[in-house]
Amino acid sequence: MSNAMTTNGAASPFLSLHNVTKRYGGTTALDAIDWDVRPGEVHCLVGENGSGKSTLIKVVAGVVNPSPGSRLVIDGSSHHALTPALSKAARIQVIYQDLSLFPNLSVQENIAFEHLLGAGAAPLSKALMRAEAQDALRRLDADIPLDALVGTLPIAQRQIVAICRGLTAQARLLFMDEPTASLTRHEVDLLLSVVRRLQAMGVAVVFVSHRLEEVVEIAERVTVLRDGRKVGTYPAAEIDNRRLEHLMTGDQIQHAIRAHDTKGRPPVLEATGLSQRGAFTDVSFALREGEVLGLTGLLGAGRTELALALFGMTQLDGGELRLDGKPLHLRSNRDAIAAGIAYLSEDRLTLGINLRQSISDNIGVAVLDKIAARSGLLLRARRAALARDWMDKLKIRAGAASAAAQTLSGGNQQRVVLAKWLATAPRVLILDSPTVGVDIRNKQGIYDIVRALADDGVSILLISDELHEVYHNADRVLHMRGGHLVGEYVPGINTEGQLHDAVYA
Amino acid sequence: MSSSANDVRNAADTLNGRLDRLQQTLFPGAVGNTGGLLLLLLALLVLFSVLLPDLFPRITTLQAMMFQLPELGLLTLAMVLPLISGGLNLAIIATTNQAALLMGWVFTTQMPADATGIVALLWLIAGLGAGFVYCLCVGLATGVFVAILRIHPILVTLGTMSLISGVSIFLTRGRTLSGFPEPVIAVANSTFLSLPISFILFLVLAAGVHVLLTQTPIGVRIHMTGSNAEATRYSGVDTRRVLFSVYVLSSLLCWVAAIVTMGRFNSAGADFGQSYLLITILAAILGGVDPYGGFGRVVSLLAALAILQTISSGFNLLGLSQQMTLAFWGVTLIAVMAVKRAAVLIGEARAARG
Amino acid sequence: MPSTRSLGDLVFARTEVTLALVIAVFVVIFSLASPVFFTLPNAFDLIESYAVTTVLAAGVFVVLVSRGIDISFAATTAATQYLAAFLAAQLGYPAIVALGAAALLGVALGCVNAVLTYFLRVESIIVTIATASIYFALLIVITDGSEIYNLPAWWTDRIVFLRYQLAPRESIRLTLPIVVMAVVVLATHLMMSRTRLGRQIYALGGNPEAAGRVGINILRVQLFVYGYLGFLSAVAGFLQAHRVGQAVPTAMAGTELTVLAVALLGGASLAGGIGTMAGVILGVLLLAILQNGLNLLGVSPFFFQVVIGMAILASMSFTAYAAHRRQRAAA
Repeated sequence: MSNAMTTNGAASPFLSLHNVTKRYGGTTALDAIDWDVRPGEVHCLVGENGSGKSTLIKVVAGVVNPSPGSRLVIDGSSHHALTPALSKAARIQVIYQDLSLFPNLSVQENIAFEHLLGAGAAPLSKALMRAEAQDALRRLDADIPLDALVGTLPIAQRQIVAICRGLTAQARLLFMDEPTASLTRHEVDLLLSVVRRLQAMGVAVVFVSHRLEEVVEIAERVTVLRDGRKVGTYPAAEIDNRRLEHLMTGDQIQHAIRAHDTKGRPPVLEATGLSQRGAFTDVSFALREGEVLGLTGLLGAGRTELALALFGMTQLDGGELRLDGKPLHLRSNRDAIAAGIAYLSEDRLTLGINLRQSISDNIGVAVLDKIAARSGLLLRARRAALARDWMDKLKIRAGAASAAAQTLSGGNQQRVVLAKWLATAPRVLILDSPTVGVDIRNKQGIYDIVRALADDGVSILLISDELHEVYHNADRVLHMRGGHLVGEYVPGINTEGQLHDAVYA
Repeated sequence: MSSSANDVRNAADTLNGRLDRLQQTLFPGAVGNTGGLLLLLLALLVLFSVLLPDLFPRITTLQAMMFQLPELGLLTLAMVLPLISGGLNLAIIATTNQAALLMGWVFTTQMPADATGIVALLWLIAGLGAGFVYCLCVGLATGVFVAILRIHPILVTLGTMSLISGVSIFLTRGRTLSGFPEPVIAVANSTFLSLPISFILFLVLAAGVHVLLTQTPIGVRIHMTGSNAEATRYSGVDTRRVLFSVYVLSSLLCWVAAIVTMGRFNSAGADFGQSYLLITILAAILGGVDPYGGFGRVVSLLAALAILQTISSGFNLLGLSQQMTLAFWGVTLIAVMAVKRAAVLIGEARAARG
Repeated sequence: MPSTRSLGDLVFARTEVTLALVIAVFVVIFSLASPVFFTLPNAFDLIESYAVTTVLAAGVFVVLVSRGIDISFAATTAATQYLAAFLAAQLGYPAIVALGAAALLGVALGCVNAVLTYFLRVESIIVTIATASIYFALLIVITDGSEIYNLPAWWTDRIVFLRYQLAPRESIRLTLPIVVMAVVVLATHLMMSRTRLGRQIYALGGNPEAAGRVGINILRVQLFVYGYLGFLSAVAGFLQAHRVGQAVPTAMAGTELTVLAVALLGGASLAGGIGTMAGVILGVLLLAILQNGLNLLGVSPFFFQVVIGMAILASMSFTAYAAHRRQRAAA
């Protein structure tokens, strides 16, 4: 591996793209991109959803052919387009966000997968596979049982397995698509140490993401894409979050603190000593009228578990819940909805929205009985009116209300989910990570909606692990750790730094 | 915004909506492919009329088709509801047969042979009622396994199919029951305004299922559950109740199918119509029902059933065997899927060229 | 993770273990109830009578692991059996030609399923519902539904590889169906657990999208999977005619769902990617023991289908309960 360094010299790039363009029908996904990756470099490729990141990965992986006039140079040899085989032979490996592992096969088989490829009923050398898998794990100083099924491992270990598979294929350039999306801070640190080891072996790593993540700490350069064009490549030291947002969106986002003093307002939802075995213990708080109450903490702190219990999806083991002063017993989420509580799930794609069904049915599903006529029939006009009404109010950009929800962008999908819940006229709205997978401009739109709802008197519990998000949008911020509420912060009185230090302590 | 501007926009929206709907009804698209199926039906009607100018294009042929269609049609409706909800009901034939056997048992062994007037009517109601209650129980039991125990409907109904037809075989020892009361026979064999009564019954039920699926809360919930049960549950829908309703309705449609079958053959047996099971799935898929759940339209389904019946009647008049019909049905399904796939590929190629 | 494992954890840990225990319970019950049940001759008869089902279940198991379903195999079995019988009995071709042609036809019909599934991008259950109607209907049309009785001696003669006299009137015989079944089971097991192809089939069933990305040739794997079931259908057709002494076009009609049920009972999943050959054998064993035991107890053979239905429902409820238990333990 170190050969590459010496023969090519540190400065000559391992991979360079010249004038790479890709058009789909009328849209240009990539527009004349010039870009390079040096051997052993850690590089961040950042852009919003739809900026061309995934197309770029696909071009380099050989899955998508670029338009004529494009040129890719790998290790000195020039290509107009790659095939998956060429890309692999050039020792480029892509770790997709879903990791592309086989949950039903063992760690060993997943890592040494190359042995399983090819034709033939010839017997496999399990010993050889084992040695290779063991070697890869040792190089990353990882300790994962070789015979465990990958489906039984936590996400962070699966990621290590995916990296090991790249290593056994002797990767010299590793693309990692959104690698930290589902990792805790501790796991991110482990990942960073693994990447440092890769770097020491001369392997270049490209992190692809829609936001600037912790990984930028060890990156050398950052490249920003916007609308299929390269905005620029910058030394990582020169980039911070605010500058990046500007580069990614092309305009300045407001960073005003929106907190109001809500002390005097009457409580709407009061929790006293809530407990659920294995999830959270002795949680007490009051959500006041028209208040945006932030709830943050690391993955596994019990945030979502608490939200699910407040929505009646799971049962409490102890404690008391009161709504407008009256005791509230939730046997299911139908009880919660009837009481005026709504819950926007963190997992929009599988729990929030019904992707294949129409926008109008997605908006109306929680209020079908309410909009039905006295005969029990759903009148077409009334369904259409409901959909149109909410599409107008929340500025949902869509062709027709009868179009499938999956035709919408992430931000518009999230607005459809919001519309579904707002149609139930909730008193309490629980928003669990409402801006995941939403681009920056739409994020701002969702924040505006949240604030407008609070001003209308809706009480909002805003759950997020993006500190920036809760700090700038909530009236108060609760910090949860290990199933306990451990602190309360008021934006403007406490600084974002204090919150950050507490959460990542 | 001024109210007149709103009116204009609403009118435009309504018009657009109507045009959209017209287009979706007539031409193949993302939602339905009724147009394509109707074209195929037309082509088949023309083809058989050309091949059999004296026999095929006649009122009697049409009437014969109407007599034959309801059985498969009702069973297909019983299959389609679970399919749209993301499941399957492999026990429809077994349920139909056992319901027919139960009703037949009441009519042939319990009902006095010389019963007339009000007594006969009461026995008739008792027999039909027994079948109804039986199907209701089968539907509820299936619901318990699918909705409460959350076992895959293929497995559940594979089990109930085996269990139900096993009980039927055990109790009848393979014998059949026959000799049913006049009104039961009449359902399948007499006409009203020269339309077979069983056909009218089928159309009414198909219309009912259509309204249920498209214009009622439960219909929307069935579709939503079929394409993503968890998201639907999170939206406050009691998906267990949805699944219970689906399997109860499916079983009750079997009850109607049982009455029609009893009337047509004037007999009931444990192994009637076994070959219909896969054909109901074939008809549903041909009619554009999504095998993964979430989508299906009764109108397309009727077109598909008409196609199958036309092929069957045409082949019969051509002197081709029942088996040739079966083979050609299979070919039709594969051909329709191939056309759909080709349309997708052409669309992709066009998009890539820009 | 709990440090102590309860008995329940052990019983519900794997489908195979659960099944083995259930089988053991039935064996004890039937042995106490009938002195004939737990004897070697009875066991060998039992195995022989389930040889055809087991061979087919092995093929269906492979298809299920790849995340497919095939219900056209019964039609394929009948078609290959008839072709071989026609060549051997009516045209007088030697065994090698007749059986070779049957095997080729089986593989070809299986490959048609694979090609349609792959290129039409439709679920295999739909493709095979269509092809099952076509294969079966064509078979009946071509043969006019007539049986072939005069099968040659090499086909119908009982072949006994080993005979062991236990007592004056009791002997156990290792017959052709048992040997063929054992070979098929062993070959399928080795293929699925020890070869590249076998592991690719598991990988495809576990994550089809990733399988394409990492370079598995999906068409080739599918051709093999459906072709293999086609081949085993031909084997099953041969064995079936060997046992009954004639080739009947409708012989296998209606067995599709039973064989599918057996494979699913044994722990293969409609979701693909899981299951073992051992589990499938246990599934067959459970049904065989139930049928035989009830038979010896004098229960009407008409009652057997009821038992199959109850076995499926009970086993699936059990599995659902076990999964629920594991989920709760993991939470």
